[in-house]
Amino acid sequence: MSAIDINALNVWFGEGDDRNHAVKNVSLKIAKGESFGLVGESGSGKSTVLRTLVGLVDDWDGRMEVDGKVLGRKRDGAFYKTVQMVFQDPYASLHPRMTVDQVLSEVLKLHGFKDVNDRVNRLLEQVGLGGGFRFRYPHQLSGGQRQRVAIARALAPEPRILLLDEPTSALDVSVQAEILNLLTDLRAEFGLTYLMVSHDLGVIGHMCERIAVMQFGEIVEELDVENMRKLSATHAYTKHLLESSLGSVR
Amino acid sequence: MSHLLDVENLWVKFPTRNGVFDAVRGISFSLGRERLGIVGESGSGKSMTGRAVLQLIRKPGRVEADRMEMNGTDLLGASDKAMRKIRGRHISMIMQDPKYSLNPVMTVGQQIIEALRTHEKVSQAEARKRALEMLDAVAIRDPERVMGLYPHEVSGGMGQRIMIAMMLIPNPEILIADEPTSALDVSVQLQVLEIMDKLVKDRGMGLIFISHDLNLVSKFCDRVVIMYAGRIVEVCEASKLHEAKHPYTQGLLNSVPDLVHPRPRLEVLTRDPAWREAPSVSALL
Amino acid sequence: MTQPTAKPQETLGWRAWLTADVPASRAQARAAAWFNGWLRFRSNTLAMVGLIILLFIILCAVFAPLLATHDPFVQNLGNRLQPPGADGHIFGTDSLGRDIYSRLLFGARISIYIVLLVALVAPLLGLIVGTIAGYAGGWVDVTLMRFTDIFLAFPRLILALAFVAALGAGIENAVLAISLTAWPPYARIARAETLTIRNSDFIHAVRLQGAGPVRIITRHIWPLCISSLVIRVTLDMAGIILTAAGLGFLGLGAQPPSPEWGAMIAEGRKYILDYWWVATIPGLAIFSISLAFNLLGDGLRDVLDPKEAGR
Ligand SMILES: Nc1ncnc2c1ncn2[C@@H]1O[C@H](COP(=O)(O)OP(=O)(O)OP(=O)(O)O)[C@@H](O)[C@H]1O
Ligand SMILES: Nc1ncnc2c1ncn2[C@@H]1O[C@H](COP(=O)(O)OP(=O)(O)OP(=O)(O)O)[C@@H](O)[C@H]1O
Ligand SMILES: [Mg+2]
Ligand SMILES: [Mg+2]
Repeated sequence: MSAIDINALNVWFGEGDDRNHAVKNVSLKIAKGESFGLVGESGSGKSTVLRTLVGLVDDWDGRMEVDGKVLGRKRDGAFYKTVQMVFQDPYASLHPRMTVDQVLSEVLKLHGFKDVNDRVNRLLEQVGLGGGFRFRYPHQLSGGQRQRVAIARALAPEPRILLLDEPTSALDVSVQAEILNLLTDLRAEFGLTYLMVSHDLGVIGHMCERIAVMQFGEIVEELDVENMRKLSATHAYTKHLLESSLGSVR
Repeated sequence: MSHLLDVENLWVKFPTRNGVFDAVRGISFSLGRERLGIVGESGSGKSMTGRAVLQLIRKPGRVEADRMEMNGTDLLGASDKAMRKIRGRHISMIMQDPKYSLNPVMTVGQQIIEALRTHEKVSQAEARKRALEMLDAVAIRDPERVMGLYPHEVSGGMGQRIMIAMMLIPNPEILIADEPTSALDVSVQLQVLEIMDKLVKDRGMGLIFISHDLNLVSKFCDRVVIMYAGRIVEVCEASKLHEAKHPYTQGLLNSVPDLVHPRPRLEVLTRDPAWREAPSVSALL
Repeated sequence: MTQPTAKPQETLGWRAWLTADVPASRAQARAAAWFNGWLRFRSNTLAMVGLIILLFIILCAVFAPLLATHDPFVQNLGNRLQPPGADGHIFGTDSLGRDIYSRLLFGARISIYIVLLVALVAPLLGLIVGTIAGYAGGWVDVTLMRFTDIFLAFPRLILALAFVAALGAGIENAVLAISLTAWPPYARIARAETLTIRNSDFIHAVRLQGAGPVRIITRHIWPLCISSLVIRVTLDMAGIILTAAGLGFLGLGAQPPSPEWGAMIAEGRKYILDYWWVATIPGLAIFSISLAFNLLGDGLRDVLDPKEAGR
């Protein structure tokens, strides 16, 4: 049984003439404990796939399964205990008037945990923020620290599957390294499954075992990281993408 | 004078409850008709440097400098009114968080057209045509549709390109780009960089390119300034960035994940307190 | 990124406790946030002036029985229209020989009562309507906003007049009428704020924790709308007092002999040329309370505006 199984997913926005078919016939299978990368052109629908999976988009058809359970229109509490998402922009993903403590306690209460205090401390510990950050407001945190809080929030319900939408693209390289190491450790410790979007192939290569490449709302190619390193792609767009990003390395 | 911009001993100070916080501490640099990269970790004062040039530091922040001139015109003493003229027309800045800088309740098209019409007297139809061209230039597919979208309906990378399109409209002499391509995939990134590159080559625009992507900066820029804690620790030619000597620069370079040579763990920067106290290196031409 | 370390704070005073960089408990964090706001507010001199005037008026209202030199309702026709200072009447007497100073003190109670009631009812109504419309969108939004537009289409005083005429004259009805006319702008503001907030990632993030719309609106959207509403309310206060005074002046608000300031002006109007103080003194009182609220509103804007609250 795979952790995520998406079959022939279609997503569109708008009606009539404005209708934009953002995701076309996308199918993905991600095994338990795997780390899967989604790359592709800007605007090709990567974020939309993740957002549809967690129920933030209404208009879709196709079949989506998480842990063998078919997803309907509405997601329930149990779903959100299994799947959580980290958003791209750490500057926009925290409520400006809530302290770190308020953010985390609310989530824990929503999921019905009793020992909220201990858990908040433990979560902050896990993401490498000391207790000194507990009562800070977002504006008192740097971008990397905010992203850690966002990761802590996603970890709070103890999910098995984490969807990461460009988790480090707004961060500088040294903080990016810290976050990526953190994610690697968390996966090793809890056996998490990652579905990760990034445009930085270096990051994807570091984190993932398999990748899918998207263009114009479709998946044009799926390949594993070894083949990606060897540049043995078949689709023209993948080749172009790999070559230009290897070109930018040297 | 052939430099577009000369800045000497620039300080950006924020009074806080616990004393004055210096975000930028006495840096000097000049900008010719070139691509000047600014790199450094988060909080090192990159954005504040850019904003200080445009006098966009929010109160109670203060900007102090011995000299700050654009083409020989003093920017320090310039009145608010004079600055408003300079902003946009002579110096443009692409802000770091595009979606924050766009108005959430106005469509993308309306905002571009409005920006265009505040700078030039053009008809609505003409403005619309130009806006479409701009969106097309930054590699946005289906610009007609995107014109009618609200900021929350565009993807991360599209938002960034919309911002770039808006800032290029007034044909500035100096462009300050604060992490303009951080949400773009490599191929679109190359296209956007090409536009900027063309402006530098053909029109002699000066570009300050703020980024945390060291590989990109070393490939794209002419000169690179490396900032740490509000000071410049090193200046080098962009192509020689990988031979940089300062341990901080080396640390940054080492923490970049490498597609070709994977490592199980990435190196994390260990900071030396002495870096903070070292005098700022001058980047004047 | 440096790790702040929690310092032991046992020997430090309350000020250090409040300004600590690293609060140790929820209560301390909250207190520190309030204290910070207060520091920012205090540095605004004009706002402090407004606050002091307001506190002064409130104190006058509270201690009116102690401060008053005369009974505000006792008439003395032999002593009518005395100039200020005459005979122990600090502000003189009105056309029925009542002491203006004492009436002013008791009138402050009425004005503050009206202001508080309106300030509670109107913004709350606006907040509820505006955030629901903004968050739900679609036909809910259209219906609620058209409804709001209908209210907005009428001039405020005229609408209030119509309500009072329908409900009958009196302070409570005046308050109700003013509230009913005052809420639409708040609904507008709240909706506009909600529209900019509802698509942000932090709202998506709580949705991903299984939070329902009621929780999202009340816990996550309201706190962000309230600051702009509070500012707007304090700035509107002056207008509300004037509307109340206007209704009083037209005889539709507080009923004689109650010493409502607007009604006092109305009474003094007849004598304004020969006995200026009868209308001018309550006018000055209205002026100063309006001014106080305006100054206060400006100061609150500095404290509450999220952009300013950055650091
Ligand atoms: N709420 C929405 N309403 C209308 N169109 C939308 C909405 N959300 C996304 N889209 C459209 O769907 C397409 C895909 O967007 P998406 O955000 O998934 O791209 P992406 O692959 O994540 O790109 P990027 O790398 O730039 O973030 C875009 O054309 C975008 O305009
Ligand atoms: N209003 C303010 N008051 C006090 N300090 C501030 C204020 N605004 C910014 N700072 C501080 O100034 C420093 C420099 O910030 P700046 O935005 O220039 O960093 P940056 O190099 O652009 O980082 P990033 O890569 O995260 O964008 C930071 O340490 C920040 O905390
Ligand atoms: Mg995206
Ligand atoms: Mg910055």
